[in-house]
Amino acid sequence: MSGEIDRKRVARLFDIRRIIGGLFLLYGMILTVVGILDGQASVDKAEGVRINLWTGIAMIVVGAVFLVWERLRPLDAPDPSHAEEAEERTE
Amino acid sequence: MPHHLTLAAQDLKLDVNVLDYVVLALYFVTVLGIGLAARRAIRTSLDFFLSGRSLPAWITGLAFLSANLGATEILGMAANGAQYGIETVHYYWIGAVPAMVFLGIVMMPFYYRSKVHSVPDFLRRRFNGQTQLLNAVTFAVAQVLIAGINLYALALVMGALLGWPLLLSIVVSAAIVLAYVVLGGLSSAIYNEVMQFFVILAGLIPITVLGLIKVGGFSGLADKVRQSALGDPGLHAWAGTGSAGTNPLGAHWIGIVLGLGFVLSFGYWTTNFAEVQRGLSARNTTAARLTPIVAAYPKLMIPAVTVIPGLVALVLFNNLGKPGGPQYNEAIPLLMGDLLPNGVLGIAVTGLLASFMAGMAANISGFNTVFTYDIWRSHVKKDKPDDYYLRLGRLATVGGVVLGIGTALIAAGFSNIMNYLQALFSFFNAPLFATFIIGLFWRRMTAWAGFWGLLTGTLVAFASYILFKMGVLDFGTELNATFWGAGTAFVVDAIVSIVVTLVTTPKPESELRGLVYGLSDASIADDALKGDTAWYRSPIVLGAGAVILGALLYIPFV
Repeated sequence: MSGEIDRKRVARLFDIRRIIGGLFLLYGMILTVVGILDGQASVDKAEGVRINLWTGIAMIVVGAVFLVWERLRPLDAPDPSHAEEAEERTE
Repeated sequence: MPHHLTLAAQDLKLDVNVLDYVVLALYFVTVLGIGLAARRAIRTSLDFFLSGRSLPAWITGLAFLSANLGATEILGMAANGAQYGIETVHYYWIGAVPAMVFLGIVMMPFYYRSKVHSVPDFLRRRFNGQTQLLNAVTFAVAQVLIAGINLYALALVMGALLGWPLLLSIVVSAAIVLAYVVLGGLSSAIYNEVMQFFVILAGLIPITVLGLIKVGGFSGLADKVRQSALGDPGLHAWAGTGSAGTNPLGAHWIGIVLGLGFVLSFGYWTTNFAEVQRGLSARNTTAARLTPIVAAYPKLMIPAVTVIPGLVALVLFNNLGKPGGPQYNEAIPLLMGDLLPNGVLGIAVTGLLASFMAGMAANISGFNTVFTYDIWRSHVKKDKPDDYYLRLGRLATVGGVVLGIGTALIAAGFSNIMNYLQALFSFFNAPLFATFIIGLFWRRMTAWAGFWGLLTGTLVAFASYILFKMGVLDFGTELNATFWGAGTAFVVDAIVSIVVTLVTTPKPESELRGLVYGLSDASIADDALKGDTAWYRSPIVLGAGAVILGALLYIPFV
């Protein structure tokens, strides 16, 4: 059964929500810093919008949503063949 | 033509700096890291992502959507937006969503419950080995051709980044994809597929917002489109489709509804292995059925970040699509270069590169799976040890990439890659859909009817396209030609299937259980989980909701 637990732990670690969440958080922080430091040339190129800053903040929010989602609803992968044990079958 | 392409690539040179390369590097470190770590942590062939039919609908739905929304689709749809205007939304609202819903409600139970490993495998069970072989061969050819499109698009972006000539970019890109498939394997390919979708959106949304600001918002965009080459018809989806000559697409509404909305799109969405496979990894029948339906909702919204940038590019770059000017395919990269400062630019470039690589990796793995199992093991050498097929699969991967270089040069000959893609779909998917739909609902349809229907349908689609290219048949535009080619292929396939059925012997009912409508297989247990009966998990309620929403979205753009 330890194999089963191992599998679950690994599946959780590699939950796509964690990976997207982590990557977006990282990208978001980089862009936010870049956006704050952006010179006038960058702002002018983007039609006067501090686009790096805004995109950065949005990416932090999206990343956080993925991480919170993963926290609140962790992936449990029920094996259909064992579904009887899960006692939650509908007719 | 190559000279023209080289010029275009130089025009397009993006102003990337070290920051953008850091963003790009972070992405590939993540993807390869996952691949390597996963390989260490999981020793069996059990894939942790599409593992043994264990995933809830939202993950498979996301994977389903990402499998379709590669960069080819995004660049191609922006190209169509610039070339044909608002009419491009047909590809989403009538040309995708109804078919996705149909796949979920009607067809997925057959695929999922018969436990087949691929679409050709389903054909083998419903019809015979010959039908499986025919479909496997056309599928393999289609995958190699589509891999070429992805490779060409990848090379275009690489060329834009580094200023390399096209051929060098193609060969280097192919080498990278090969290394990537070998290193990361299937697991990191699938992660990449889902991740690229979010990263590419993170790049597209800023382009769309900044583009709209630059042209003066929606009203400014509408005004400028009216003054452009496209004119007022470019702002309407249905107006002017009463006759083929009075709308930019050059299509009659019957062609749009039947050719695109029915045959082409149902053919693509319901029989495309790469798509159907995502549903097969779901945890139960309900989750499998919900997979394409969950994907339909975001699909409805995608035109906002493809068609709008296409129109913006049309009004900002007035030589777009003209001889000597940049091609329509370059609409998005041009906007990236024009609007995005370093940082966000890196995100957009990463999204594009990742997406082409994921797309090509998916084509190549689809190719080698079908080649190894449905062609070689089923029809050439049957009883070899497992590692024989494993080695063969690796060789097929290398072979697929090399062939992809050849087909990339074919793709380079088309100024709008989406048109080329649609032409391919009309050859391969439209007849396949006819065979499927008749085979599912008419249990008398015989094994050989499956084979001959599919063969003649494919040949007819091909012939109609060749005749159009030679100028014998006049369909107006390339796109309209594919609509009609697909429609004809569908009808011919259906007629041949019916005629052949009437003169051959049907399969006994015992062999058709679980494969045709009305003959369920009683030995398959009900696999519903708690909560599956809730109305918000009902495939029919959610599916109908998506179709209705699609119809409502048309209202402002009639």
